[in-house]
Amino acid sequence: MMNEVWIWAEQRGGRLLGISLELLNKGLELSNELKAELAAILIGDRAQNLAQELIAYGAGKIYLIEDPKLKLYQSDIYARIMAGLIEQHKPQILLLGGTAIGMDLAPRVAAKVKTGLTAHCVDLYIEEINNNPCLVAVVPGFGGNLMVKIVCPQQRPQMATVKPGVMEMPSRNEKRAGQIMKVEAQIKDEEFKCQTIEMVEQEPTGVPLEESAVVVAGGWGLNSAGGFKLVEELAEVLGGAVAGTRPAVDAGWISEEQMLGSSGKTISPRLLISIGASGQMHFTTGFLKSKVIVAINNNPKSPIFEVCDIGLVGDLRKIVPCLVEDISSRAPRTHRRADFSSSIPASR
Amino acid sequence: MDIIVCIKQVPNPEHFSKITIDPQKGTIRREGIPAVVNPLDRHALEEALRIRERFSGKVTAISMGPPQAREALEEALAMGIDDAVLLCDRAFAGADTLATAYALAGAIKKLGKFDLVLCGNETVDGATGQVGPQVAELLGVGHVTYVNKVEFVDGESLIATRTIERGCLKVKVRLPALLAVVREINKFRLPTALSIIEATKKEIKTWTNKDIGAREETIGLSGSPTQVTGGFKLELKRKCEILDDSPEVMAKEAVEKLRELGAI
Repeated sequence: MMNEVWIWAEQRGGRLLGISLELLNKGLELSNELKAELAAILIGDRAQNLAQELIAYGAGKIYLIEDPKLKLYQSDIYARIMAGLIEQHKPQILLLGGTAIGMDLAPRVAAKVKTGLTAHCVDLYIEEINNNPCLVAVVPGFGGNLMVKIVCPQQRPQMATVKPGVMEMPSRNEKRAGQIMKVEAQIKDEEFKCQTIEMVEQEPTGVPLEESAVVVAGGWGLNSAGGFKLVEELAEVLGGAVAGTRPAVDAGWISEEQMLGSSGKTISPRLLISIGASGQMHFTTGFLKSKVIVAINNNPKSPIFEVCDIGLVGDLRKIVPCLVEDISSRAPRTHRRADFSSSIPASR
Repeated sequence: MDIIVCIKQVPNPEHFSKITIDPQKGTIRREGIPAVVNPLDRHALEEALRIRERFSGKVTAISMGPPQAREALEEALAMGIDDAVLLCDRAFAGADTLATAYALAGAIKKLGKFDLVLCGNETVDGATGQVGPQVAELLGVGHVTYVNKVEFVDGESLIATRTIERGCLKVKVRLPALLAVVREINKFRLPTALSIIEATKKEIKTWTNKDIGAREETIGLSGSPTQVTGGFKLELKRKCEILDDSPEVMAKEAVEKLRELGAI
């Protein structure tokens, strides 16, 4: 068995996703602990420059698979290549990003090599279990503030997916050296059972949720106010972005892209204001690392009040307009905008 | 077109706060929590029915779970599907996603020929979204997740549109294949009085592992590479300063505190 820790470096349209670098940061920590080498698997078309980037961010070795047919994500071939590399090199750990594509690839690979896979990890560390150094994956459980620890004691590699924004970004160092191992894809056309023929990417509009310094998030409690107008008003005066819970998506108040939590986004803004959400773990796990959390809800016993810095108990229909008025009255709009434009997003 | 839909009975998400961890055993306690059909699985059932309406054929739902998971299959029958199989055996208990996929794939193989397997992209309880692709791998067919649109080219292939962050991929799918669907794919129908009466005439088959013949070491707890080693309560070092006053006073106080903290 090779003493290696692997991450899958996801690229789209020749751009490396930020999650790939976040995984390198965690991978480096785990590989140091195991005295193992950190390697990245990079699949794409003409991706040599991305391989150099990965080395600068901490990868000691890159398994580089380049083929024009692999420019777009191809589930059958990507999974076959990755499983083949695993069989050959037998790494200890393989981490993938919890992106729409990572969540498609990881389970297929795990089933091919018959190993365990844990999704939505919020923490990963090494712990000795019966003299066997194991990867402990911490995932949010149901309700409350319960967390569950999951291990894969027998099978290797120990696989896990991590959503973007959960782990820290590593620092870049161009002086780092690394080895690039080229691997032939050897694709046969009949291998394609499901073939990606086109990728459509929309231009991002406005400040992405992940980069906004202030985020106002609403939940089902907004039903009493007939929708998200109050959330939008507060976000507007703060120059922040709007987000919400799964029920808010289901109600059609916000888009899926704006959903926070274990099946949505994970963010860490300077200020997060939660309005009309009871605070289920599936939701709060999406913003627990925010610098300051404010919660507004009518039920003083809601779990949201256990994860906030400042809690306001009462009718959101009365409290939010007061906040909007108070904030607008204190500083002229133009000043505030200027202040925010100079601020950098928290911890990213 | 023969379609198999994998569905799961899950605890009603509105009651998640009542789920606790047994402090002694470290296991999840979900007694008394009402159960429902996993919301995305209803969209998978709906899509199967629409495809059958277009091409004719048969829709079979399968579910793995305890005896009460029949209720989920009863609901699927009431929506108008043709056949239902409950995989119910102590040998299946304690399964992680891989062991679950082995049981489901075993049942699908026993059902015989199929053109499509459909499932919800993820469940509201585990939310891993792993079982679909793993079933596809064990069946040796292709898979597409996050599917929000299906367009048939002919009886042997289709184009699936699947969402990605800020965009989508168009995927040419050769049948047979497995598609995991998201809510945008359709609006699912509700059972009618007539369809409920029709459904009561249909029998739900119950299969144990003897019926599907999966190797013991691939299913249930013994077939699960992952293990839960415990649960713990997250220690949060938050101030939790709770204000309970008139809206005006609370707003003023909160804004002042946020200014002191440099948050606004």
